[in-house]
Amino acid sequence: MKYINLDHISSNPLLPEVKQAMIAAIQHDYHNPSSQHRAGEEAAAALEKAREQVAGLINADSPKEVVFTSGGTESDNHAVKGVAMANGDKGKHIVTTNIEHNAVIRSLRRLKSDGFTVTSLSVDDKGRDSPQDVAQADTKHTILTSIMHSNNETGTIQPVEEIARIAREKKIIFHIDAVDSVGIVPFDVKAIGADLVSFASNTFYGPTGVGGLYVRRGVKIFPIFDGGVQENNKRAGTENLLGIIGMGTAAEIAQRDIHTRYDYLKGLKDKFLRELPTVLDEILINTHPVHSLPHLVSASIKYVEGESVMLMLDDEGFGVSTRSACATGSLRASHVLLSIGLSHEDAQGTLVIAFGIDNTAEDVSRFLKSLKTVVTTLRDISPLYKKAAVKG
Amino acid sequence: MMYNKVVMDHFRNPRNVGTIEDADGVGEVGNPLCGDMMTIYLRIRDERIDDIKFQTFGCGSAIAVSSMLTEIAKGKNLAEARKITNKDVAEALEGLPKNKLHCSNLGADALQMAIKDYEDRKAGITRPILKRKDEHEHSHGDKCYCPYCDVEIDDGVTFCDACQHDLKEEH
Repeated sequence: MKYINLDHISSNPLLPEVKQAMIAAIQHDYHNPSSQHRAGEEAAAALEKAREQVAGLINADSPKEVVFTSGGTESDNHAVKGVAMANGDKGKHIVTTNIEHNAVIRSLRRLKSDGFTVTSLSVDDKGRDSPQDVAQADTKHTILTSIMHSNNETGTIQPVEEIARIAREKKIIFHIDAVDSVGIVPFDVKAIGADLVSFASNTFYGPTGVGGLYVRRGVKIFPIFDGGVQENNKRAGTENLLGIIGMGTAAEIAQRDIHTRYDYLKGLKDKFLRELPTVLDEILINTHPVHSLPHLVSASIKYVEGESVMLMLDDEGFGVSTRSACATGSLRASHVLLSIGLSHEDAQGTLVIAFGIDNTAEDVSRFLKSLKTVVTTLRDISPLYKKAAVKG
Repeated sequence: MMYNKVVMDHFRNPRNVGTIEDADGVGEVGNPLCGDMMTIYLRIRDERIDDIKFQTFGCGSAIAVSSMLTEIAKGKNLAEARKITNKDVAEALEGLPKNKLHCSNLGADALQMAIKDYEDRKAGITRPILKRKDEHEHSHGDKCYCPYCDVEIDDGVTFCDACQHDLKEEH
């Protein structure tokens, strides 16, 4: 029986075209793009072609606004720390939310020791923040607002256009962590009005270990790697050209297919959400019904623990992700799930199901069947379930 | 796979799952805050564990620990059963991943509580019906351990002094 991957938020398989492009790049033996001779120039041309492909996906004004990085984590670190270092003389206050990725949270925590203060805003029960709260949190010392476009645990999409407008009026730099959005939902940096945007290649079926940071022309940011003048003097170090070529190809295909991809993924998600209540009761859906990623469902299955569900589903041939404290090894339940108001018990039983373009409607049906079996087995073992039944 | 074959076998095919009606002793430990809860039911005949059942809310390790514990305890007289430790259970499972060792600390504690419950009842000590504590309170015998270095830590701490790891996001 084929193994079905329903964990497309952690990574995605490479598109066949991406594999071909990367294999061709390996065969080609590219030189260092910074070298001045013919072989170097050939590598530089391949690099710049990929930059154009990526710029096209996010509708950047110029490919020069794309900085290649090692992935979403580096992009987030670069945006937050790079802006703080370059603009700390203007103010030392940053606004963010309670549900950011650790790449942002921990970067901000690092800055606190350098005298920065951070206002972290709460979100509603579907994980959405309020632009009014952002406006109120801003002070005359605020230099940066850093807010994610979509959350990797709930899939909820934030009202970034409104937040961008507020930031622009107050001349505050606005960074969007769009690692889980770019290549999955149409994303236009100009229409949104973003100053900095983090994204990752493996979100849109490109290779892992490569990503990008969009830096709008005119935004003051320091590199966090010191060394050479690569990437328009924004990111030192010889570029990961093989990965970047793969990312460029994936970006071009994502741009071409974005609407069909969106509709296809949303079809799978809608089917799942429609049929889930017919197989299991007492499940909380944490994903926003409208403003959310087309492929992601966060479901808190009451009375069971996520790692057990994940392990049993693995035995049944399905790969899903869980945010239970036990599975992540973090002792505590996910900060995102607690921030949207889940109890510890419900947070422990939360699965993240993320469909991909390699999934089919048949996969969804089979998954629902297995999910029912697994959850029923685990609820039969659970002391919480019996108690709830008695109470009810 | 992070678990060995013995652990996976007990997780996939847990032994002695369920409850015992009119149990002679019941022990409950754990807290969803730590990720796990376990209830042990005992039927005692002639000071011997005639039957034992469990219910567990928890990860793969917690379920395997519960299952193994019941296998070890079943048939033992109370004097022997009192000697069963968490370490015995972890060893019978041929080891648990380091960050899962705290799960193994539930099993024997629940058993000892159930034996205590039996003895209390026999001695005519009446107690309120066992009930789960509030979220932010730990039941007796329940401890939290740092997932990075396994040092025992207090509930609510946000930083492990021993290994300098953050344990909770601060905002």
